[in-house]
Amino acid sequence: MLLEVRNLRTQFFTPEGVVRAVDGVSFDIQEGETVALVGESGCGKSVSALSIMGLIPNPPGRIVEGEIQFRGRDLRVLDAEGMRKIRGKEIAMIFQEPMTSLNPVLTIGRQLTEALEMHLQMKPQEAGNRAMEFLKLVGIPDPRRRLSQYPHQFSGGMRQRVMIAMALCCEPRLILADEPTTALDVTIQAQILELLKDTCRRLHVAIIIITHNLGVVARYADRVNVMYAGKIVETGSSRGIYQSPRHPYTLGLLHSVPRLDQPRKAKLDPIEGQPPDLADLPAGCSFQPRCKFAVVKCNQETPSLCEVGENHWSACWVWERVGGGSA
Amino acid sequence: MPGNRGEDSGKKGLRLNSPMQPIAAKNSNGTILEVRNLKKHFSLTSSMILQKVVGWIKAVDGVSFSIRRGETLGLVGESGCGKTTTGRCILQLDRPTSGEVIFKGKDLTRIADVELRGIRPKIQVIFQDPFSSLNPRMTIGQIVGEGPSVFKLVANRKDLKERVAHLLSTVGLNPTMASRYPHELSGGQRQRVGVARALSMEASFIICDEPVSALDVSIQAQIINLLEDLQEKLNLTYLFIAHDLSVVRHISDRVAVMYLGKIVEITGRQELYDNPLHPYTQALLSAVPIPDPVVEARRAPIILKGEIPSPLNPPPGCVFHPRCFEAQKECSQEAPELREVQPNHWVSCLRF
Repeated sequence: MLLEVRNLRTQFFTPEGVVRAVDGVSFDIQEGETVALVGESGCGKSVSALSIMGLIPNPPGRIVEGEIQFRGRDLRVLDAEGMRKIRGKEIAMIFQEPMTSLNPVLTIGRQLTEALEMHLQMKPQEAGNRAMEFLKLVGIPDPRRRLSQYPHQFSGGMRQRVMIAMALCCEPRLILADEPTTALDVTIQAQILELLKDTCRRLHVAIIIITHNLGVVARYADRVNVMYAGKIVETGSSRGIYQSPRHPYTLGLLHSVPRLDQPRKAKLDPIEGQPPDLADLPAGCSFQPRCKFAVVKCNQETPSLCEVGENHWSACWVWERVGGGSA
Repeated sequence: MPGNRGEDSGKKGLRLNSPMQPIAAKNSNGTILEVRNLKKHFSLTSSMILQKVVGWIKAVDGVSFSIRRGETLGLVGESGCGKTTTGRCILQLDRPTSGEVIFKGKDLTRIADVELRGIRPKIQVIFQDPFSSLNPRMTIGQIVGEGPSVFKLVANRKDLKERVAHLLSTVGLNPTMASRYPHELSGGQRQRVGVARALSMEASFIICDEPVSALDVSIQAQIINLLEDLQEKLNLTYLFIAHDLSVVRHISDRVAVMYLGKIVEITGRQELYDNPLHPYTQALLSAVPIPDPVVEARRAPIILKGEIPSPLNPPPGCVFHPRCFEAQKECSQEAPELREVQPNHWVSCLRF
C-alpha cells in the first residue's frame, strides 16, 4: 500500500460559517496504479489533494480529523521540515494552470534543478544534465537551449510538459495531477495524457488524477472515486462504475454528457438543481435534494459507503434501484 | 430501418441518405446570415511610439459560410483558430479587414454606424464566462432590462419590470432574482441571465461563444436543453462556437471546423461525425475521450504531433501540413481550396 487516507476532514473557517470541503474521505492508492477523483467544482477533490500535500492554507483552513499514511508514515504528524522532504520528492504535484504554476522570473532549467539539488543533493552540473534528460523524456525538442529559457517562451502544452518533467525528475512514488489538461486544447490534451500515462507506467509511479472529465477518467484510470459535496459517494473499478453505476449522482453525470460514440439523443438528461452550499449542507444525504430516487430516509440519515458488488461501493440507501444495467 | 428516429442513428449505413437532411432538418425558410471571404488581420507593431508595422496576424483568413433561419451552425476549433474573432467580426465588434457579412440582405461591413445601431439588437451574443460578462454593480433586473430601455422597447417602468420578469421566467429563473446581484448567483444561474439578456432585444440570431465550457457537466446539460427549447419556441438561429465536439454534435445542424483562421471542413452534423474527411477533423474526433472504459480500450486515438503554429507565421501550403499524418510533398507547396467533394460536404484538403 502506497497511500492510505482514512476519514479525512478538512474544513475552512470563514465568516459565513464552517465550510466542510472534505468531509470524511477514505481511499487507498497502490504502487503504480492510476486512480481518479471525479466530481464537479467545489466537491472537495482539489482540497483532498492539497491536504495530502500538506498545502492547506491555515488560516482559514485546517485538517480537523483523519490519517494520511504514506508508505507507513502518518503525514499529518510530520513537521514542516519533514513534509518538505516528501513534497516534490516522494509525492509530486501537477497543477491545472501551467500559466501560473511556473515561476515567470526563473529559467526552466533553474526550476528543474532546484528540486534536484535540494532533494537529491546533486551538483549543479549533474542536476543540469538530469534536467535535460527529463525534458527530452517529456518530448521537448532541443532541451539544452530550452533549459535557459523562461516560461513565457513556452506554449501551454510545452509548459505542461515542463511541469510533468519537474514532477518526475526526483522519481516520486506518487503524482497528484489536479486537472492537468483542463486548460489545454483537445489535441494537446491527448498528447499530454498519453505522455503522463506512458512515463508513469515506465517508471512505475502511481497517479491520482483529479478531473471533472468523465472521458479522461474512462481512458486513463484503473479505479475511480466519485466525490460529491465533500464525500466519496461511489468507488470502484472504472469498468464497474461506468457499466453499472450504483449511485444516482454517478448515473446522472454519465447521462448528462453527450457521447460521440452513441446516436445523438433528442434531449440531454441533466441533473436538475444546483450543488449544495458546503457551509450549509442539507440534512441526510447531500445529493438528496437533486435526486430522482430519493425516499423519506434520505433526508434523515446520511448513508455511508456499502459494498454493492465486487470492489464496488456506493453511499446510497436505494442503490439497488439505481442503474445496474449499462449506463 | 424506416420509421425510427432515423436521422441520428449512429450506424454508418444510413449516412448515404443523409446529405440532404442536416439542412432540411429544421424549418429552412432562407438564409439569415452569409459570410463571404471574411478576413481579419491584426497588425503587429514594433514599438509603442513609432507604430511601425512589423507583421500581420491572420486571425481569420478567408472564411465563408451561410446560416439558414432556425438552424444551428457549430463552429469548432482549438484556441487561437479564429472562431471567436469570426463571431466578433459578424457582430462588427471587430471591423473585418475584408469580406462581407450579409445579415438579412444587408452587408454589415458597408453600412453606416447609425444603420448598424438599428440592426445590432437583432444579433445578440452569449459569452463564455458568466463571471466576467455580467456587470457586478448592476442587479440582474438592470442587466436584462438595459437593452429594452435603451432601445425604448418598453413604454414605462412597469412595462420594463414585466418584461424582465417574463424574460427571467423564460430562462428558468425566479422573477424575484431581478433584485439580486451577479455574485449571489451560481455559474449556471448566471449563464441563464446571459441567455435572458440575449433574448431581451427579441433577437433572431444569437452567437453563442462557448456558452457552456465554463460550467460543470451537470449544469452544462441544463443550459444546452434551455438553448434548444428557446430555439424551438422562438425560431432562433444560432452560431454555436465551441471546442467540445460532443456538445457541438448534440446542438448543431451543421458543423464547420476551423484551423488557423480557415475553415477546413463544413457539412451536416451526422455526416461530419460519421464520415470526417479532413485529417484534422479525424484527429479532433479521435482525441475526444469517450466516457466508457470498454469503448476506450478498443480505440486507438490519433495523437497529433506538434502544436498549432503561430498565425503570425503560418506554414506555407496547407496550414495543417506540419501536423498532418497524411501529408504529402505537395501539401507544403499548394494551399488547398474549400471544395464540395460530396454533396453538401466541403473539405479543404489536396487529397480530394
